[in-house]
Amino acid sequence: MFGKLSLSAIPYNEPIIMGTLLMVCLAGAALLGWVTYQRKWGYLWTEWFTSVDHKRIGVMYVIMALVMLLRGFADAIMMRAQQAIAASDAAGYLPPHHYDQIFSAHGVIMIFFVAMPFVVGLMNLVVPLQIGARDVAYPFLNSLSYWLTASGVVLVMLSMFVGDFAATGWLAYPPLSELKFSPTVGVDYYIWALQLSGLGTTLSGINFVVTILRMRAPGMTLMKMPVFTWTALVTNILIVAAFPVLTVALALLAADRYLDMHFFTNELGGNAMLYINLIWIWGHPEVYILILPCFGVFSEIVSTFSGKPLFGYKSMVYATAGIGVLSFVVWLHHFFTMGSGADVNAFFGISTMIISIPTGVKLFNWLFTMYRGRIRFTVPMLWTVGFMVTFTIGGMTGVLMAVPGADFVLHNSLFLIAHFHNVIIGGVIFGCMAAINYWFPKAFGFKLEERFGRYSFWCWLVGFYMAFMPLYVLGLMGMTRRMNHYANPAWQPYLIVAAVGAGIIALGIGFTILQIAVSIRNRAENRDLTGDPWGGRTLEWSTSSPAPFYNFAVVPQIEELDQFQADKEHKRAYKLQSQYADIHMPRNTGVGVFMAAFGTVLGFAMVWHIWWLAIFGLVGMVSSFISRAYDTDVDYYVPGAEVLKTERARLVPLQKLVDHVDPASAGQKVA
Amino acid sequence: MSAHHSHAHVADHQHANHGSLKSYIVGFALSIILTFMSFGCVMSGAVPHDLVMPGIMVLCVAQVLVQLVFFLHLSAKPGQRDNLSIGVFTVLIIAIVVVGSLWVMHNMNVYMMHPATQSMSSSIG
Repeated sequence: MFGKLSLSAIPYNEPIIMGTLLMVCLAGAALLGWVTYQRKWGYLWTEWFTSVDHKRIGVMYVIMALVMLLRGFADAIMMRAQQAIAASDAAGYLPPHHYDQIFSAHGVIMIFFVAMPFVVGLMNLVVPLQIGARDVAYPFLNSLSYWLTASGVVLVMLSMFVGDFAATGWLAYPPLSELKFSPTVGVDYYIWALQLSGLGTTLSGINFVVTILRMRAPGMTLMKMPVFTWTALVTNILIVAAFPVLTVALALLAADRYLDMHFFTNELGGNAMLYINLIWIWGHPEVYILILPCFGVFSEIVSTFSGKPLFGYKSMVYATAGIGVLSFVVWLHHFFTMGSGADVNAFFGISTMIISIPTGVKLFNWLFTMYRGRIRFTVPMLWTVGFMVTFTIGGMTGVLMAVPGADFVLHNSLFLIAHFHNVIIGGVIFGCMAAINYWFPKAFGFKLEERFGRYSFWCWLVGFYMAFMPLYVLGLMGMTRRMNHYANPAWQPYLIVAAVGAGIIALGIGFTILQIAVSIRNRAENRDLTGDPWGGRTLEWSTSSPAPFYNFAVVPQIEELDQFQADKEHKRAYKLQSQYADIHMPRNTGVGVFMAAFGTVLGFAMVWHIWWLAIFGLVGMVSSFISRAYDTDVDYYVPGAEVLKTERARLVPLQKLVDHVDPASAGQKVA
Repeated sequence: MSAHHSHAHVADHQHANHGSLKSYIVGFALSIILTFMSFGCVMSGAVPHDLVMPGIMVLCVAQVLVQLVFFLHLSAKPGQRDNLSIGVFTVLIIAIVVVGSLWVMHNMNVYMMHPATQSMSSSIG
């Protein structure tokens, strides 16, 4: 009846897990109770969960990423604590099987459920606003993508308390991940969580490619597109091209585990190396999927806070596109040591080094944008400068490891761990933190306050260097990754420093939470009445903060790259019309929530081999979708009179303010 | 469901590029001929054994091209440039993935597999 599921699946005898479960239950009950007490369920359902508004979906993605960052970081600090104490005779406090699950979950969560929701959320929030569109091309699909990602989150979180998670590392290499060597449900949770969220990501990718190619405001040619939108376009093309490969690789692994196939087994003609080949054909573009939007974020921020157009816009676009193509011809550098010949390794080593050229072009473009600019060191700018220094170091260690000979020494050592944290924290996390500080007013109508933002930045920066520079040294000393215990006492001092560094990063995360809390409390002081708190150059800053649900009362006509900046300079911005046309908008729908809920049931049932429940989940998903396909009431018109009322309420007081100040820097002075 | 009715219309006009009855018939005939050739390649026995696989591959690619051109109206015309460039990119990525994987896996087999098992596993690469 319940397949492999029984009460023994709950790890009663693990005090750490049970303690966590207790805390999650208490905190969850407190949250649900508070929402109920405040009578906010109806509001959450109608305004957020069922929303197809790209801005709200974007905000929900970012909230998901922040929550999962806490989970992923908890894993990190447990690993750092374990390695700080588990030298020589000391065994540490984590049993090996638990430790293995923690490092696997840390990697999976940080990539799939922190970094991905972060960048997809940012693209959701910003791209339609930057191209002068009123929503994405397929608003319902967008909602579905979000909720499918949430399904993946639910399964990963559930695995901690019901059954176990994969103990295979974040990419679940066979033969270890085959049924013979991983007989528990851990790998199955991994497979189904990633298949559900991966489906959501692929749909997002399609959605954004169509949105960017088809829904730009009239006059916005590709070469007049803001840089962030350009990076988003390339990123989403990479998503569409790469994610199906992940889906296939995981499907074949699932076939091995469920249907007794032998694609990747040791015997009967299977070949585990093929899995590693396939997973990295997805995996390498994936890291560029994460970093490219962050490059876009930094480009926008550098230009805005230097008060100059971006230096070398065209070279930035070509560099982005070049990185996009090159990211598909470097995958083998993740397994130089698997045994290819010198010709293959040399090809992939050189192609990897070539990627540093367009990346270098970008760095110089940012530097030249700052050169002789009037730089304002706001919080987003701090993150950007921190990124430029940190990412360069990470990039250089990457080029070092692109030399196959050097990689034979450094492969799977802590040097590698230090390298990719150097680029992912220094690039993606710094980029997302910069973006949150930069676009927060556009989402919520008030600025984040600066002081705790600065504290957070400095804690992250110092903490990062303390936590990961020792790992470079340890890697050169020969320490490999994923060790639950080690015998060499010379490593311990470095690992203690690294643990302290992780503690400082924890402070940084704490300050970010404090920053958001304090800003919400003091929101009246930090209101952004202009819609343009930083003196921005691109279209999103021409709308009010928060942007109205229809984004633009009139679809803008584009003539220049920095259209809004030009409008401000020529006093064309903030014009109120005497009347507005009706606006065609998509209606909210709960079908995405239902489909993802059935999808979660399907995934859970497949994990535990509860076939009748799996059929129920699948039928539920498909029939929800069919019911949606027959629903004709999916859109409505916002009357022009209502638009006029909204616009007048914003623009009449705003024009009085703008008339008194220098138009070029209207936004920043008024704010 | 699009929030941009007016936009969608503009896009439609640019891409309203449907074929004529003649082009559909030509495409249909070519598809049928290529399909019969594929089956014939395997079933007639006229084709040498070694050439059956490459033959099917070539005919398969030709089939894809015929359908893209005659049914999906992919061409170099101005309204189709976007689709064409995306199509070319897709072909590039598929080529990289397929050719690259074959190269990598074959190379690994040559270097990593024990000579005794070489013949068995070489079918993968």
